[in-house]
Amino acid sequence: MQRRNFISKTMLASITAAIGADIVFGKTLPDSYHLLGLQDPDPFALFNKDSQMVLLNDKPWNMEAQAHLLDDKITSNNYLFIRNNGNIPENIHVASWTLKFDGESVRQEKTYTLAELKSRFQQHTYQLTLECGGNGRSEFDPPAKGNQWTIGAVGCAKWTGVRLKDVLEDVGLRSDAVYIGYHAADTHLSGDPTKEPISRGLPMAKAVQDETLIAFQMNGAAIPLAHGYPLRLIAGGWPASASGKWLTGISVRNKVHDGSKMTGTAYRVPCNPVAPGEKVKDEDMCIIESMPVKSLITYPKTGAMLKSGISLKIRGHAWAGELEVSKMEYSIDFGGTWHSCSLEKPVNRLAWQHFNATINFPKKGYYEVWARATDSQNIAQPMLLPGWNPKGYLNNACHRIAVKVT
Amino acid sequence: MSKQEKYKESARQIRKLMTSAFIIFMIAAIVLVYLLINPNLSAFSAYKTDQDYVSVPEISDEDYDKIENGIHVRTGFVEGEGLMLVVNNCTNCHSAKLVTQNRMSKERWTATIRWMQETQNLWDLGDNEEPIVKYLATYYAPTQKGRRQNLSNIEWYELKD
Repeated sequence: MQRRNFISKTMLASITAAIGADIVFGKTLPDSYHLLGLQDPDPFALFNKDSQMVLLNDKPWNMEAQAHLLDDKITSNNYLFIRNNGNIPENIHVASWTLKFDGESVRQEKTYTLAELKSRFQQHTYQLTLECGGNGRSEFDPPAKGNQWTIGAVGCAKWTGVRLKDVLEDVGLRSDAVYIGYHAADTHLSGDPTKEPISRGLPMAKAVQDETLIAFQMNGAAIPLAHGYPLRLIAGGWPASASGKWLTGISVRNKVHDGSKMTGTAYRVPCNPVAPGEKVKDEDMCIIESMPVKSLITYPKTGAMLKSGISLKIRGHAWAGELEVSKMEYSIDFGGTWHSCSLEKPVNRLAWQHFNATINFPKKGYYEVWARATDSQNIAQPMLLPGWNPKGYLNNACHRIAVKVT
Repeated sequence: MSKQEKYKESARQIRKLMTSAFIIFMIAAIVLVYLLINPNLSAFSAYKTDQDYVSVPEISDEDYDKIENGIHVRTGFVEGEGLMLVVNNCTNCHSAKLVTQNRMSKERWTATIRWMQETQNLWDLGDNEEPIVKYLATYYAPTQKGRRQNLSNIEWYELKD
């Protein structure tokens, strides 16, 4: 104890001496904050996350929420999942941060500073649903490789930025533009500086939607480091990997972008359905675009016990990629009967929608409350796992919670 | 006193002087370095109990690869033949958590190694590949889950309204 205290108290002085410079604001560093590289940090404190978040991976950092943590209508930072492919960049200098536009289909290369982006283009704010393409991967059989997300790799925060289409217009594009691909400041896990951990993108039709933003704020404040500070591309309703963090460049391509994690099996599913476990050739895999219809019961937390005769109020959110959710139902008899929930309209396109219902249980016993959303094209969530795919993407099977009536 | 003795005497005095100067300098240097590291001399102050810091056991070299209840503590890997080969080859770039989360057959672990070699700068594993794959396919093998599993690990609680 004595030694620990000794080290902690003198840590700042020692580091200051060692690097020959003051650590700016060192005195105001919160007690729980540990400087990166000095010791294994507590990831929950490091990223300002609730301690009930679930850490899947610490190199690279990957963390998901639990259903009941996502009860708020707007997801705050402490409950927003973290998905990284590489190392979070260090030494971010906001004053000199730039965004460069290049590629086959720009009339000329153009670079903007952060200040220019903020001052030259109109700013917009939207609440946008971001879900990891692999959310729900843990349920696939045979198991799929990768981080074993359960249900918590989804969130709907409020993003503020400028429209990508406004900036693209200012850059000037050739008529053969097909796709945009992003480049970012994160670094490859192997340490190889020539490799990009991830460089995905969007077809032009998605790139020029009103809601596709180059964002610099999340929930009214600077974007947290783990979520892309200081600049992030945001494409709501699509796999969150299309929303590149720590954005430094956008290439406008005359073909489908071929950056890291755009090719092979990454963020792709078989173009035609396959049997579980079947081998699929790379050329038979198609890029995931809009995410499928899905919902979560965020209240109550699973495991609720209530007295017989008392009704249960449930609530949650539903979303449907590019589409709207048109119907929300619940079942307490494993799909034998379905009952409708009241469902709100989204605050804007690509934002999740809120539902609630009041349930009366007919007798004592164990129940599961299953929730099922249906999108505007009349496609509903399956109760069983949807089509198996080699990388375990797009599991939108119904969410359920356990309830006991005593 | 001969001239020679006089000379020797003064040489002795100079040496004495130099030695004491050196000792004083060294003591001053030690004190200054100590003050730099511990400016408020807290190591000499009385034992305090109002500590904000929790003691963490220091990891000694012999504990570095400690195994507790069949688990390699530092990484979370299951104890078994080939463990240290896996620790030394599979946790350089990514966390052990990325391995222990996954369940694959021998063929798919091998395919994953190939993918990492082709795209992620993993080195040639040589003779170590066989025991590594054997370890992974033995301790991290798939289990049948079916099309939907029962809810498990439910923490029951009284719902207050």
